[in-house]
Amino acid sequence: MNSVILHNPEGQPQAVALSERVHWIGALDPNLRTFDIILKTANGTSYNAYIVRGSDGVAIIDTVKEGFGNDFFARLESVADYAEIKVIVLNHLEPDHTGALPELMRRAPQAQLFISQKAQSMLKGLLKQEQLSFTPVLTGDSVSLGDRSLQFLHTPYLHWPDTQCTYVPEESMLFSGDVFGCHFCDNRLYNDQVGDFRFSFEYYYAHIMRPFKEYVVRALELIEPLPLTLIAPTHGPILRDRPQRYVQRYRQLSSSALHSEISAQQKTLLIFYISSYGNTKRMAEAIYQGAMQVEDVRVSLYDLEGSEVGPFVDLIEEADGLVFGTPTINGDAVKPIWDLLSSLTVINLKSKLGGVFGSYGWTGEGVRLVEDRLRGLKLRVPIPGLRVKLIPTDDEIIECKAFGLELAQELMGLREAKVINFADLA
Amino acid sequence: MAKSTITFEDINVTVTVPAGTRIIEVSEKVGSAITYGCREGDCGTCLMKVTEGWNHLSEPSVLEDKILRENMAGKHNRLACQAQVLGGTISVKPV
Repeated sequence: MNSVILHNPEGQPQAVALSERVHWIGALDPNLRTFDIILKTANGTSYNAYIVRGSDGVAIIDTVKEGFGNDFFARLESVADYAEIKVIVLNHLEPDHTGALPELMRRAPQAQLFISQKAQSMLKGLLKQEQLSFTPVLTGDSVSLGDRSLQFLHTPYLHWPDTQCTYVPEESMLFSGDVFGCHFCDNRLYNDQVGDFRFSFEYYYAHIMRPFKEYVVRALELIEPLPLTLIAPTHGPILRDRPQRYVQRYRQLSSSALHSEISAQQKTLLIFYISSYGNTKRMAEAIYQGAMQVEDVRVSLYDLEGSEVGPFVDLIEEADGLVFGTPTINGDAVKPIWDLLSSLTVINLKSKLGGVFGSYGWTGEGVRLVEDRLRGLKLRVPIPGLRVKLIPTDDEIIECKAFGLELAQELMGLREAKVINFADLA
Repeated sequence: MAKSTITFEDINVTVTVPAGTRIIEVSEKVGSAITYGCREGDCGTCLMKVTEGWNHLSEPSVLEDKILRENMAGKHNRLACQAQVLGGTISVKPV
């Protein structure tokens, strides 16, 4: 039975009370199947927006996607007049939450706009208005609505640089933006009433939040101490039944699934290769042997033919160094390498050590192309890639071992200081 | 032409460069962990810490200054895609 009334008897959208002073004024989009190109949803999504009423004015927290403004404004009008709106908070500037903002600002020109410190240039890019008045805020900043107040939490990169959360202490409610959200559309609204949305919650984390795990952990430091009666995200169910469980789940998802056997002073170096005639494989094995000579480097060797991409993505996420071996076929690195390298945007790779090697027949571009890709993925590639024409000789195998050794030394910070002339750089 | 030396502290590499060189032109080639996004001073990805020789870098432009402020950058942080060396001895590292 649907116990949440989203429309009045005349069929007009109306606000849903989360408490006496807080209402949901969002919109449902049950027909959406693909979000932002990268995300699938089997039953649509919601664009959740909220209104908070204090004794000294009203605040709107987030808006909806363009095209859903009618529902949003009708629900807003069912509980407030535009003249009462003192504050508009944007927890996240992505267009699915700011589509109705220009019209809202037109209808409530007196309202003061609150955005995060990092949202400023983004807001200008979004609204294309130079003379825009807004107040950038950080953790510790707050705004009073009389007997209700809004406290801001600086939670950047969840999942854009601009993201923040807004906490209403008098209600113990957290307006979390996309954090703790998911693409799941159900007109029963609350987590204790909607259908089973656990898959959507986990899927959303895996694709949207996972690349920013370190920022999730920082945000949790701010969120975990808060008394919570309810978490109000911008997508999916409103989490009123044991909201802390979802905070705890974020903590779990941001930690390793299985306890790592690598001790604190050790570093991990993963060598991935694929080989058509065994030449790149021989190079990989020699690099492996070379790297093994360095104490405290835990080296692993993987043939890309032997696994699906998914488990490798998990391994790479926690590794310190990554080495890729690819032959060059028709002037390019081979597809299994590109398949792996195109699957890494869901994890953070910044500043991991990268290295590339491979055997080739006559041109050998593959190694350079993969080096460029690693730099694009924000790895550091301090040691030029190693290429061998066709079958490695004994001397070239020694070179491979030295390459592995150098990579491992680099990983442990053991390479000697170098002075280079700019003109000598490739 | 005036010369300058830039040391990338994270990899212990020093490069002798002509004045006018931008840090971005050097750091990727030597494999420093300073990483880049837009490469045109707009995204703040290449924020770095200048540990020595702050005064030997070009002054931040209005655009860079805005991005530094938005990113709550420290006093001696710069964008590696924007900062040009003017001479002297400079040391940098990723933030």
